[in-house]
Amino acid sequence: MQLLTNRAQLVDRKPMTFIERLYLWNIAKGMIITFSHLFKKKPTINYPEQKRPFSPVFRGLHILNRDEEGRERCTACGLCAVACPAEAITMEAAERKNGEENLYREEKYAARYEINMLRCIFCGLCEEACPKDAIYLSETFAPANFQRKGFIYGKPDLLIPHPIEKPEEYKKALGNRVVREVQ
Amino acid sequence: MFLVVEWQFIVEKLVLIVAVVMISLVIAMYETYMERKVAAFLQDRRGPSRAGPFGILQPVADGLKLFMKEEIIPNNSNKFLFILGPCLAMMTAMMTSAVIPWGGTIDFFGYPVSLQVADINIGILFIFGVVSMGVYGIMIGGWASNNKFSLIAALRGASQVISYELPMGLALIALLMVTGSLKMSVIVGQQADSWYNVLYQPLGFMIFFVCALAECNRTPFDLPEAENELNFGYHQEYSSMKLGFYLFAEYINMFISSVVMSTLFFGGYDIPFINDVNLGHSIGANWLAVLQAMSLFFKTVSFIFLFMWIRWTIPRFRYDQLMNLGWKTLIPLSLINMLITAVVVLWLKK
Repeated sequence: MQLLTNRAQLVDRKPMTFIERLYLWNIAKGMIITFSHLFKKKPTINYPEQKRPFSPVFRGLHILNRDEEGRERCTACGLCAVACPAEAITMEAAERKNGEENLYREEKYAARYEINMLRCIFCGLCEEACPKDAIYLSETFAPANFQRKGFIYGKPDLLIPHPIEKPEEYKKALGNRVVREVQ
Repeated sequence: MFLVVEWQFIVEKLVLIVAVVMISLVIAMYETYMERKVAAFLQDRRGPSRAGPFGILQPVADGLKLFMKEEIIPNNSNKFLFILGPCLAMMTAMMTSAVIPWGGTIDFFGYPVSLQVADINIGILFIFGVVSMGVYGIMIGGWASNNKFSLIAALRGASQVISYELPMGLALIALLMVTGSLKMSVIVGQQADSWYNVLYQPLGFMIFFVCALAECNRTPFDLPEAENELNFGYHQEYSSMKLGFYLFAEYINMFISSVVMSTLFFGGYDIPFINDVNLGHSIGANWLAVLQAMSLFFKTVSFIFLFMWIRWTIPRFRYDQLMNLGWKTLIPLSLINMLITAVVVLWLKK
C-alpha cells in the first residue's frame, strides 16, 4: 500500500525488555512532562471579570435602533421577519398618532416586536434586510435564563437607550459600530 | 498504684490528641484544595479561585455543602452497618497518628512535653495493625449499601488492600532488620545520628511507596472507586457527611502514610544537613521542636504532592495487572530485599 504521508510509523511488536517492563523510566518520563505543565501559562480567562474581545463584526444580541433625536427607526415593514431563516421575529404594526412624532420616526411603527433568542441563529440577515437601519446585531450574547419565556426578548429588552436622555448608555450600547447613512 | 491519676499526664496527652486530630483534619481539608489545584495546574487550568483569595476558602465551602446535603439511607440497607462504615473508616484513619513522633521534646514552663501521643515499643506494628483495619470501613460500607457496584468495589478494595499489605509488611521487616527497633522515636533518632533509612533500603522504600499508594486507594490503584467502571465505588449510596467522612478518611490516610514514610525512611522530624542537637543549644529546645515539626511537615507535604503528581500522571491499572504486580512482582522483590538485607546485616555484625 502506498503511504499518503511520511508520518506513518511501524508498530513495534518486539517483546518488551526488562527495563521497559519495569515501567519506572517511562513513568518518570511521564511525570516530568506533567511537572513541566505546572509552570505553563494558563489559557483560562476569568469570565465575568475578564472578557474576550469581540470583533466589530461579531453578531450577538439584537438592538432596535433609534435615530439621533431618539425616535424609533422601525416601521414594522416585516422585512426582517421575512428574511429570518429561523422565524424568530414576530411583530405587530401600529399607526402613529398625532403627538407621537417625537417617539416614532415614520408614520407606522412596531407596537410589539419580539425575538425568540432560542430560535435565533444570529445570522444577521435581519440586519441586512432592514431598509431603515432599525435593527443591528451587537457585540454581546444572550445571557442565561431560568425559563424559556425569559429568552423571548420584547421591545424593552431590545431598544437602544435614548441618545438624548441617556447619552452614556446609548454610547455604550452603540459600541464601536459604524453608523450607516440612511435616507 | 493504678489509682493514682497523674492529671498532668492525662491533660498533656488529651491536649496532644486533640491537637493532632485537629491538625490532621485541617490538613486533610487543605489536601482536597491542594489536590484540585495540583490537578488544575498539571492540566493547564486554574483550579478553584472564587472562594476567598486564590480560592483558599474552597474546602470550607465544600465541607459546608456536604453538611447541608440531604442525608439518604437506602431502604434495603443495613442501617447499623451503613452508619458504622464511615465511622470505622474515619476512626482507623485517625488512630495511626497516635504513635508518630511529630517533633522533639518541648519545655512547657518547666514541664517536658514530648510531641508524640504514645511512644509505644511496637509503634510500627501498631500502625500496621490499624492500617489493615481500614479495610473494614470499605468492606462494611460497600456491603451495607446493598448495591452491586458498591459490593464489587468493596471486594476489590478489600482484596487490593490485603494483597498489598504483604509486600508492605515484608519491606518493613527488611527495614526493621536495619533499625533493630519497632519504636518510632528510636528509628527517628537513629536516622538523625547517621544516614536516612532510604539510603540503606532504596528498594524497600520503593516497595513501601507503591504499597502505600495501593493502601490509600490512590491512582494508579484506585480501583475501589473507579468512577467510570463502578459509578462511584464503595461509597456510591452514601450522601451528605457520611460520604464526606469517606472522602475525608481517604485524605487523612494519604496524610498519615506520607508522615509514616517520612518518619521511617526520611528521618522523620530530623532537620536534614543540620546537627539538631547543636542547633537546639543555640536557639533553645522549644524553637528546635517547632523547626523539627516544620521539617516533618515539609517532608510530608512533599510526599503528598508526589501522591497527587502520580495521580494526575498515571492511568489506572486493570484489575489483573494490579494483582500481578502485587503478588508476582512486589512480594518476590520484597522477599529478595529481605534476604539480602538479612545477609548483609549478619555479615556486618560478624
